[in-house]
Amino acid sequence: MREIVIVGAGQGGLQAAMCLRQDGFAGRITLIGAEAGLPYQRPPLSKAYLKSGDAGALQLRPASFFEKKDITLITGTRVDSIDRAARSLRAGGRDLRYDHLILATGTRNLRPPIPGADLALDLRTLEDAARLRAALDRPRRCAVIGGGFIGLEFAAVARALGHEVTLAEAAPRLMARAVSAETSARFLGLHEGMGTRVHLGDPVREVFPGGIRLASGTRIEAEVVLMAAGVTPNTELAAAAGLAVDNGVVVDGRLLTADPAISALGDCAVFPDPVSGRPVRLESVQAATDHARLISRRLLGMADDRYDAVPWFWSDQADSKLQIAGLATAGDETVTRGDGAIFRFNAGRLSAVETVNDARTHMQSRKRLAGAPVLRRHLEAAGFDLAAV
Amino acid sequence: MVKVTYVAADGTRTEVDAPPGSNVMQTALDNDVDGIVGECGGAMMCATCHCYVDEDWSDATGARRDGEDDMLDCAADEVRPNSRLSCQIRLTEGLDGLVVHLPEEQV
Repeated sequence: MREIVIVGAGQGGLQAAMCLRQDGFAGRITLIGAEAGLPYQRPPLSKAYLKSGDAGALQLRPASFFEKKDITLITGTRVDSIDRAARSLRAGGRDLRYDHLILATGTRNLRPPIPGADLALDLRTLEDAARLRAALDRPRRCAVIGGGFIGLEFAAVARALGHEVTLAEAAPRLMARAVSAETSARFLGLHEGMGTRVHLGDPVREVFPGGIRLASGTRIEAEVVLMAAGVTPNTELAAAAGLAVDNGVVVDGRLLTADPAISALGDCAVFPDPVSGRPVRLESVQAATDHARLISRRLLGMADDRYDAVPWFWSDQADSKLQIAGLATAGDETVTRGDGAIFRFNAGRLSAVETVNDARTHMQSRKRLAGAPVLRRHLEAAGFDLAAV
Repeated sequence: MVKVTYVAADGTRTEVDAPPGSNVMQTALDNDVDGIVGECGGAMMCATCHCYVDEDWSDATGARRDGEDDMLDCAADEVRPNSRLSCQIRLTEGLDGLVVHLPEEQV
């Protein structure tokens, strides 16, 4: 294997390039990104960056790194097509051949088909975040469409900066896809306590110049409207090349597509959950970087393992750090421990643990979930002390 | 500027200058110092920026911050009394000359 091309220069794509070099790959590595500039971290865009505006702190590696590691970084370039038979792709008017191709194309913001959606701002890229920050240069009324991590992180920062915030969520509770009803309720209290008005179960029907209108008819006046209604994976390139796509680029337990010369990682990849076997797509730094490590080891013949890393997620909202270890499914049972830690169970087996400002329990959970199944009855007998089971 | 020296597990020393206000993890990444990963970007969600503070500097860098112990529990390499998450060591003028040693493994 002499040439590896990575499409997508986010944290996962970059990690793949770094791992390949670290693991001893001596051939050519080309990393192609659609955005201009060096690869950067996205998680702080809705947290520290909104406050500080310090773009330099987001950079993952300096320009000199790519030279030193002999990684060819092509930025501001979209890949037009993949020719699987020729093992080459077309990008920026030229053809690049590959022995192995890694798709790390990530996601883009979902824009619900409602009138005026284009009037809303996004918070996905550094460019989006800079625009949003510039819009908050004086006291504003902000309307946030979507009560997921991004919308809530933005709401917390905007309130702390003194802006008025109203948030509308289509689902009956906050972060409904990611956390238990108990955690949703806790964070609803946090945000309402900060003075954010929250409308639940009330989808947005229209964005108009000067605000939004909800299904209930409620009109929310706002100078700044943020669209934070989730994301959609960038799968067009894979689909056009005839690869299977189903809510993401479909890969097997080793993160390989049906084409043995193409892997996919991170936010754009749908892989079998190591516990349940059901296809999952995770939007997290952890999955992107752990995927990258596994693919690198496989390509260099160091290992051929199935992916089985424990997922973890975090969200900083005001002074509350929400940490999630594991992956729960809708309908998993919930037990709240005396100190507020939330344990989720699927068929009597621990699936996830949600904590707030409790790094100890979070890290214990990550360790325990990586081992043999943790059974509910054992945890109950141990008073939900993870160290005792 | 604040001078920081990173000593790799194989003994290689790398000396860099950093602006006060930055941290030991970010400074390593900005200067191509191998041996620090910093996967979560300083959000205290991983332990891939583990370092050992040189004993001459342990007083100046102070004690571990809240939650750091818990994260270090998951460090890939041996945790010692002078183990820190380098993202939690903020550089001040008082740390000019700081020496940190890097573990063999971060992941």
